[in-house]
Amino acid sequence: MTKKTSFGGKLYTGLVFLFLYAPIAVLILFSFNSGKSTAVFEGFSLHWYEELFRDAATFTAFKNSLIIAVVSSIISTIMGTAAATAIFGYKNKLVKTSVMTVTNIPMMNPEIVTGIAMMLLFVFIGGLFGKTGTLGFATLTIAHVTFELPYVILNVLPKLKQTDAHLSEAAQDLGCTPFQAFYKVVLPAIMPGIISGLMMAFTLSIDDFIISYFVSGTSSQTLPIRIFSMTKRRVTPDMYALSTLIFLAILILLVVSNVISSRGDKKNTKKGGGK
Amino acid sequence: MKKKSSLMTHIAGSPYIIWAVLFIIVPLCMVAYYAFTDKSGNFTFDNMLSIGKYTDTIILSIWLGLLATVISLVVAYPLAMIMAAKGPEKQSRMTMLIMLPMWMNFLLRTYSWMTILEDNGLLTTGLNYIVDCLNTLPNVSLDPVHLINTRGAVVLGMVYNFLPYMILPIYTVMLKADRSLVEAAQDLGGNKLDVFRNVTIPLSVPGIVSGFTMVFVPSVSTFFISQKLGGTGTTLIGDIIETQFQTANNFNLGASLSFVLMILIFICLAVMNKFSDDDGGVVI
Repeated sequence: MTKKTSFGGKLYTGLVFLFLYAPIAVLILFSFNSGKSTAVFEGFSLHWYEELFRDAATFTAFKNSLIIAVVSSIISTIMGTAAATAIFGYKNKLVKTSVMTVTNIPMMNPEIVTGIAMMLLFVFIGGLFGKTGTLGFATLTIAHVTFELPYVILNVLPKLKQTDAHLSEAAQDLGCTPFQAFYKVVLPAIMPGIISGLMMAFTLSIDDFIISYFVSGTSSQTLPIRIFSMTKRRVTPDMYALSTLIFLAILILLVVSNVISSRGDKKNTKKGGGK
Repeated sequence: MKKKSSLMTHIAGSPYIIWAVLFIIVPLCMVAYYAFTDKSGNFTFDNMLSIGKYTDTIILSIWLGLLATVISLVVAYPLAMIMAAKGPEKQSRMTMLIMLPMWMNFLLRTYSWMTILEDNGLLTTGLNYIVDCLNTLPNVSLDPVHLINTRGAVVLGMVYNFLPYMILPIYTVMLKADRSLVEAAQDLGGNKLDVFRNVTIPLSVPGIVSGFTMVFVPSVSTFFISQKLGGTGTTLIGDIIETQFQTANNFNLGASLSFVLMILIFICLAVMNKFSDDDGGVVI
């Protein structure tokens, strides 16, 4: 079935990947630059990696990013999973479609609009109480939970649809309460969707710049915001060193998860065959 | 039994519904509120009327966004076809390779493009070397290449950052499409071009539509790409909104611009959805 890709096709694929990876290659190359420039390569050195580990502000920003990503992705996963089961369970068509429409808004809206909309809300509420510094960790977390929720819901919903509804009924007939039936039967079945939703929420949170930029205060810089403030002046190669390290970490994670999931697939097909 | 499960459903759903009302719907109402009031909170149309000054910016944003989206589509479509024709192992590897750059911070990737396109950057230096060589030929006199701070650089930045969002939906749709339809069309005597035009493209329209919106929306509303690659000459609507909120402190004007941007994008999405509901061939 699989066709061999023609030479032209291979060349084309290669060119597109060259385009996608060129700036990353440049970035990695200049993280080893001995000079301060990000345009002229002067010589190999690990100087900027040392510099990176001495940079306390970047470290704090990275820590903030991690804390917000962990907290917000856990909150959005729990709330989103509950919401998905509810959306799946609603008997009223109107309720169902209106909840789904609202869920789609943060994904359809430009991020800048989502960002300023939340900023306006926080500033307005702060104004009502006569406070000025409302923007900070709490507002960042609220904003992150909000834009992660649709992704969690959209990851969990398809799994719910695939799950056999009779299983939960059977569990209840056998004496489970509805909550037990959910916990013991439905939850394990939708677990893959929950986990991919959680992972997506986490990566979206770590990577988010635009929304965070509008709802963060001075005390709650995340890594992307710190990078942004550096790009206003001149980016030093220690940022490149940091992103090289992140790139390597993600590459390793992806390869590992790819190996695991391809093994899991093989197992599943075996199980399916045994039925 | 049914009543009980529906009670559970309501308990499970209510936190999200409350959250969505508070942090999705109310903020959008705040945008509308700020758009139609002045600094002291009185109702006014002034902000909306002053948007007229930015008509050129809005048109430029839409134009560059459209250009980037169309280029992304042209680049992504063949790649998606190539990918969909490969074996599953290679497919998952290529999907991974396409998604990997998206995990790098987009600010740094854009910044990296800036250094490549700069006048002493890698690409410009290379191209100017070629220009110099050509200029030694008789009757040839080319100007040195200048890439940074042009509209072309901004479009390149948009295509670069959002291309994966075009490739992946088209590829996914192609993968799901029934390949026997293509074979049937070939068996019925369609030549390659006919099959491509009448079978492959219509089948992939849902992917094109979602790719189109996923590239167009962030392109139109970007502000970082235009600041870094476009310099001062290419101000987009996103730049103006950002300035109102971060430096000029004119929330009301910023809100009204956002309001207009949001309406424009929802109109575009509605039009796109209309296309995908139709037969499909209309898009081309």
